[in-house]
Amino acid sequence: MRGEKTRTIQVDYLARVEGEASLTIRLEGDAATAVRLAIFEPPRFFEAFLRGRSFMEAPDITSRICGICPVAYLMSACHAMEDALGLRVADPLRALRRLLYCGEWIESHALHVFLLHTPDFLGFPDAMSMAKKHGEWVKRGLRIKKAGNSLLSLMGGREIHPINVRVGGFYRAPARGELEALLPELRWGRDAAAECLEWMSRFDFPDVERDYEFVALRHPDEYPFCEGRLVSSRGLDIDIRDYDGHFVEEQAPYSTALRSRIRGRGAYLCGPLARFDLNFEQLFPEVQDLARRAGVAPPCRNPFRMLLVRMVEIAQAFTEAVRIIESYVAPEAPFVEASVRAGTGFGGTEAPRGFLYHRYTLDETGAIVGANIVPPTSQNQLAIEEDLRELAPVLANLSHVEATHRAELAVRNYDPCISCSTHFLTLNVERT
Amino acid sequence: MARRRRPRLAVWKFASCDGCQLSVLDLEDELLDIARGLEIAYFKEATSTDEPGPFDLSLVEGSITTSHDAERIREVRERSRALVTIGACATAGGIQALRNFKDVREFASVVYASPEYIETLATSTAIADHVRVDFELQGCPVNKVQLLEVISAFLNGRKPNVASHSVCVECKLRGNVCVMVTGTPCLGPITHAGCGALCPTYQRGCYGCFGPMEAPNTASLVRAFRHAGSSRVDVVRVLRTFNANAPAFRRESEAQEKGEEEGK
Repeated sequence: MRGEKTRTIQVDYLARVEGEASLTIRLEGDAATAVRLAIFEPPRFFEAFLRGRSFMEAPDITSRICGICPVAYLMSACHAMEDALGLRVADPLRALRRLLYCGEWIESHALHVFLLHTPDFLGFPDAMSMAKKHGEWVKRGLRIKKAGNSLLSLMGGREIHPINVRVGGFYRAPARGELEALLPELRWGRDAAAECLEWMSRFDFPDVERDYEFVALRHPDEYPFCEGRLVSSRGLDIDIRDYDGHFVEEQAPYSTALRSRIRGRGAYLCGPLARFDLNFEQLFPEVQDLARRAGVAPPCRNPFRMLLVRMVEIAQAFTEAVRIIESYVAPEAPFVEASVRAGTGFGGTEAPRGFLYHRYTLDETGAIVGANIVPPTSQNQLAIEEDLRELAPVLANLSHVEATHRAELAVRNYDPCISCSTHFLTLNVERT
Repeated sequence: MARRRRPRLAVWKFASCDGCQLSVLDLEDELLDIARGLEIAYFKEATSTDEPGPFDLSLVEGSITTSHDAERIREVRERSRALVTIGACATAGGIQALRNFKDVREFASVVYASPEYIETLATSTAIADHVRVDFELQGCPVNKVQLLEVISAFLNGRKPNVASHSVCVECKLRGNVCVMVTGTPCLGPITHAGCGALCPTYQRGCYGCFGPMEAPNTASLVRAFRHAGSSRVDVVRVLRTFNANAPAFRRESEAQEKGEEEGK
């Protein structure tokens, strides 16, 4: 391919990502002159039709932005409303929320790791065909995923769009016995996650290092789910109420998803790699040991190794779920009652794909006057395009088929959720 | 003798959250057997395989919200022997059909700085409003066990065994205490079965995510809500969620809105 002046690598509809997007890379020699991640997922206008709805409806309505991470939407919406109404949700309800989130991290990460991402490393079009050669690993992955879903089913009523979450807590709190019945499978999951991590650590990872600015929540006592300050690897340290002052959303003419940047700087990365880098010390000591044995420890700036970091987070979530259940005492009431008042509330939690921000303004009847939702894939879009730009010299020396495959792989690292981002991919590589 | 060809399955996405097609991947215990029994010929979320068709069964998720998608669904229909719609977006327009009651250009200006770049239709509509549909499986999301039954039925040339009664009947079968007794508004009496009466089992009222059952008596239920103290605004909100554009829910919410305007 050397000697050609210009060429275009184009993927019209990216597979194994959640939603619809295309990718265009225009190459001139070894340099990329244009990289476009175009999201053509049709817009659904959530922020517009939320106006006039009750504060109590926001969790269930916004959960429909994404069928893969509904709990993240439920949690960010609840926290934002509770902030607006001056409501505090303490243990054991707070612990139950973390337990529900453990279920979603396990289910969502396992979907990506085993069904969408591992086939890339082993050269299969999907997990179903990978199962013919690596059946035991695929079965193990599906069982891990199912264990996460069993937590969602019990805590939320069902895996997709759980019905048991409300502002102030839950409609019904589980009995200790119901949770304890899950313990054997969760303990199995904790051990299985360790074995899978060890297996995956032997995959062939492209040698890439990127100079990301990582952004994630940080909490003094725990690996972050719902609470903490929003911090970055370049010194940002803010209350989430100050999010709008430090981040800005922009619209590109070729995409239906808005994209974010840090004011005065530019692209940043949220999600597993960012959380891991900024919160490694908050992982359970045994999970830190697992990670080190698999050769992953901060600083980890190789986007392809996000696969391993997701496995580490699966192990963390299983360990945390077991601990929460072992010390669970049922709450006196399943929720804290809210009294309505006018105001603005901010909520930010760690969705599997990264920080998910909600802001609502309510009138005195509790009706929503204004809403703003910033999902993780919008925040990571610029970082994905920059990864592809840095990959250009490698792509320039590959055949079209290989270059397309490699570029798709680079996008799938992020587990981009396109349904979320429009609230994403087709690859077009152009060579000059 | 030639080996019988495995039936070809395709899974399509239109405007949606991806949750209903995820239900296929959430069949953790059955997924590998499904992949042995069927050729998964097109399913973007799960595989890079991209067969042109024709397909024996197409599962369609999502609603029609762009002129491009209105064209694409016709192509999907032409390439599919049987076409089954899955979930509230595909069967009723989904939550994004709330635009049907408002001005979509105003909506676009609220979300986007340059709404002129956004190509969208004024309405979000069900797949059956555009092409012939062989079966509609309701739910937001669909029940994955029902989805498995529908796939199995279509590939074996029989009618799917999916109950058509109300959530209320499912709730009685579970032996729950009725939540309406404690004053909680519940759409169970008019909502299509399929969830197993989840919400009342978790001590909240049904919010209608499976959409209207056949021939629901919406007026009677709304009278009961009003009698128990719900305002017309409350009633309109309850009917206008994930199945707002389903005809039975739409008619009743518009009647309530009209009543509110006329001060009745």
